[in-house]
Amino acid sequence: MAETEKMIFPAQLHQTADGGIVVSKLDEMINWARSNSLWPLVFGTSCCAIEMMSAADAKYDWSRFGFEVARATPRQADLIIVAGTIVMKMAPVLKRLYDQMPDPKYVIAMGACTISGGPFFYNTYSVVKGVDHVIPVDVYIPGCPPRPEALLHAMITLQEKIKHETYFGKTKESGK
Amino acid sequence: MTNEEIKSAVTALFPTVTFDETGEFLNILIDSKDLRPLIKALRYNNEFDCDFLFCLTCIDWKTHLTMVYHLLSKKHKHAFVVKAKIADINNPEIETVSDIWQTANFHEREVYDLFGVKFLNHPDLRRIMLDEDWEGHPLRKSYVDENMISI
Repeated sequence: MAETEKMIFPAQLHQTADGGIVVSKLDEMINWARSNSLWPLVFGTSCCAIEMMSAADAKYDWSRFGFEVARATPRQADLIIVAGTIVMKMAPVLKRLYDQMPDPKYVIAMGACTISGGPFFYNTYSVVKGVDHVIPVDVYIPGCPPRPEALLHAMITLQEKIKHETYFGKTKESGK
Repeated sequence: MTNEEIKSAVTALFPTVTFDETGEFLNILIDSKDLRPLIKALRYNNEFDCDFLFCLTCIDWKTHLTMVYHLLSKKHKHAFVVKAKIADINNPEIETVSDIWQTANFHEREVYDLFGVKFLNHPDLRRIMLDEDWEGHPLRKSYVDENMISI
């Protein structure tokens, strides 16, 4: 099998007289399937959401990387992109959405507000200073807001992270 | 009406009011206790006919509060500001205007939420943006929040 084809599908093909046998590792198969079909939750709280929608549209088109099935319910979503400022009143809602997502679930913190509170870090009574106070974050993207290319880069980085997970013995939660 | 005409017309009805013309709009300064008759006259008298309350807010001066009402007449095409001084900052109270302009209902709830001004005779005075169990009124200068980081 050629090197490029190995990259696309994590297995080796052994030719036999009447067809062939595919040999692979379960971990690699599962990670391959998971990382290439991540369904994001439709969730946006401010201007980062505009960039996120832009990443979904025809020009940037995140469906090229397997993110096209944006879900309006957390019960069907694998990934939540926290796109925008999270205020104290929104934090319990976000936590609840995250809790409703089935495992394995991933979080991308998009933009300065979700990383640290960003422009609202000082002298604010209402803004949560970093979304990682509420839910665990896998990938952070800085920017205010980050461009769609940056979001795509974060999503590809998340795919790379998923490709190094171990399915048996070590879950995502206990692995931390 | 021009500013001068408004001033003379208002003074004729309410001799105690004062005026301030330093800003963009003509300001009519009044004490909070005398607000209601003035506001009613500005809304219902044909010469003023202010049918549009386009801004309602509050200012914290540390020693007292000021309620600010921006009024506009679509018919006469004039606009001006009423500023009502609330002297008692520890227990601020003022009459509602939500029965005169429906929009004031939510705006007064917002001022109540963030400044703690109690609007007398308001139909539904409760917090509009913060959680129901929030303590204090965050836009007051005296508000302290131990989680708040100041430069």
